[in-house]
Amino acid sequence: MRKRTVYLDHNATTPLHPEVKKTLIKSMKAFGNPSSLHKFGREARALVEKAREEIASFIGAQHEEIIFVGSGSEANNSVVNILYCPAWKGCVGQGGLAKKRRIITTKIEHPCVLESVACVEAAGIGVTYLEVDGYGKIKLEQFKEELGKGDVALVSVMMANNEIGTIQDIKGICEITHQHGALFHTDAVQAVGKLPVDVAELGVDYLSFSAHKIYGPKGIGCLYIRKGAPFCPFIRGGHQERGRRAGTENTLGIIGFAKAIQMRRLEMQAETRRLLSLKKRLRDGIVKNIADVSFNGHPEDSLAGTLNVSFAAAEGEAILLYLDMEGIAVSTGSACASGSLEPSHVLLAAGTPQEKAHGSIRISMGRDTTKDDMDYVIGRLTGVIRKVRGISSVQGDAKYE
Amino acid sequence: MNEDWLYSDKVKDHFMHPRNVLFNEEGFRPDGRGVIGNIKCGDEMVVLIKVDKVKGVITDCKWKTYGCASAIASTSVLSELAIGKTLDEAYKLSSRDIAVALGGLPEHKIHCSVLGDKALRAAIDDYYISHGMGDKVKKEREHIICKCLGITDAEIENAVLEGARTYIQLQERTKIGTVCGECKEKSIKLMEEYKAKHFPPK
Repeated sequence: MRKRTVYLDHNATTPLHPEVKKTLIKSMKAFGNPSSLHKFGREARALVEKAREEIASFIGAQHEEIIFVGSGSEANNSVVNILYCPAWKGCVGQGGLAKKRRIITTKIEHPCVLESVACVEAAGIGVTYLEVDGYGKIKLEQFKEELGKGDVALVSVMMANNEIGTIQDIKGICEITHQHGALFHTDAVQAVGKLPVDVAELGVDYLSFSAHKIYGPKGIGCLYIRKGAPFCPFIRGGHQERGRRAGTENTLGIIGFAKAIQMRRLEMQAETRRLLSLKKRLRDGIVKNIADVSFNGHPEDSLAGTLNVSFAAAEGEAILLYLDMEGIAVSTGSACASGSLEPSHVLLAAGTPQEKAHGSIRISMGRDTTKDDMDYVIGRLTGVIRKVRGISSVQGDAKYE
Repeated sequence: MNEDWLYSDKVKDHFMHPRNVLFNEEGFRPDGRGVIGNIKCGDEMVVLIKVDKVKGVITDCKWKTYGCASAIASTSVLSELAIGKTLDEAYKLSSRDIAVALGGLPEHKIHCSVLGDKALRAAIDDYYISHGMGDKVKKEREHIICKCLGITDAEIENAVLEGARTYIQLQERTKIGTVCGECKEKSIKLMEEYKAKHFPPK
């Protein structure tokens, strides 16, 4: 097959949907500050509020229950920050919660949750990191036990994992959380627009998501805050977003976000089915052509377009860069690629041995991915793994325990 | 950063076209063999040499590496540097020499992926020992303490001389024990020994 360009890193980010691009170009003239009272401001305000309706209704929220933020990371930081805020008692106004000084999260969260949690931990708030099983699902027994201690203010569990794709039972986890009187947040950055998400049905108090993972622009995220749930602004100094997030609105970003959501309404369902069949094709092709492979993540409860695979005796960054030369873009859980010395914390938490984690790559497909792409990847990947293993000092599966 | 490639062109060349890879293990009879690293840490390499016993010159150098692009490229370039050198010259090759030959590498990559020089020294020592020249093995020969990063007792001693007094300071200087951490106890013990040796309590 002739050399082609295949982008398979959609969990990192996605290209703009052509319709989003069109909408953005058309909207470029809306430069007014939505807070201004004059015509320019009012026009921008109208666009922002229309977009807010579109996005809120997509997740089953009221328009006043969502705030626009700069990214999924900011949304997640903002929620964890509620516990840290020195003005916690006054600001949040929920009597009793102030005495609860512990947060429960998981070992497989995105670094933006793990690091903001580590920050509140340094400020004296207790943190429990839940273990996950071999598929990356949290262990409910441990979870209930921890909640039972009664001092938990907030639980934060991601809906779908960015590296291995595993989807948690958020509704169930949220129910248990509420039975113990704690608040519940979910990082749904990899989920909204890929899975049906309805905040009312899930019962969550906070939910984070982002535009650029679903063919929208970068630099715009969204945080759902259930009406009545305590909140304390992370960025202060403005009345925007009803005083919950200061800063002039990213009007274009918001408009693009709403268009991306609108397109998700139309495309998500059929795309999910298509991606599942592409993933099966790819997985079968890998198994058929390459020996000593193992797959990471849950076999069923997993994002349709995410496949994480480990190759014995081959290191991930080398695989990634040889694939890059073939025009194929993937990511890896190997330490080398991340600039740290530890391989993926998600794979390690799921009990993957270090040497398998170093040899893992994540293939994340999207709306442009085709069958031909999959066949091309199977062919080139087979060659690349043969090459890496040919150079490798580790022979086959011999050194795997 | 180069938009076409992550590292230097030289690294790309050696990564895409690695030289002197050992493909036919059965057919290659080395005079010396050295292994360094551990796949748990993400890098492992084997270096094999053939030696002209009369001249004491390395006539061939083959290798295999499990590791990232810079690990592959650095072992490849090391094999080129080693061939034709006398054993004494080859023994002195450093990770810096490798990085220079590659047209530069990011600092964090030198620590974790350039281990070939150490594997080569191990191969030379192996040659000396197996050819009845055990006395030639450097008496003050370095011992590798941190297997993941190939950090030696001499480097710990240097770090102590440069001011490291606590394990954290030792880690800041050498990155020792920052991967699997298995060597922590051993390296602390050594650090204390070097502290006592060079800075005895008054």
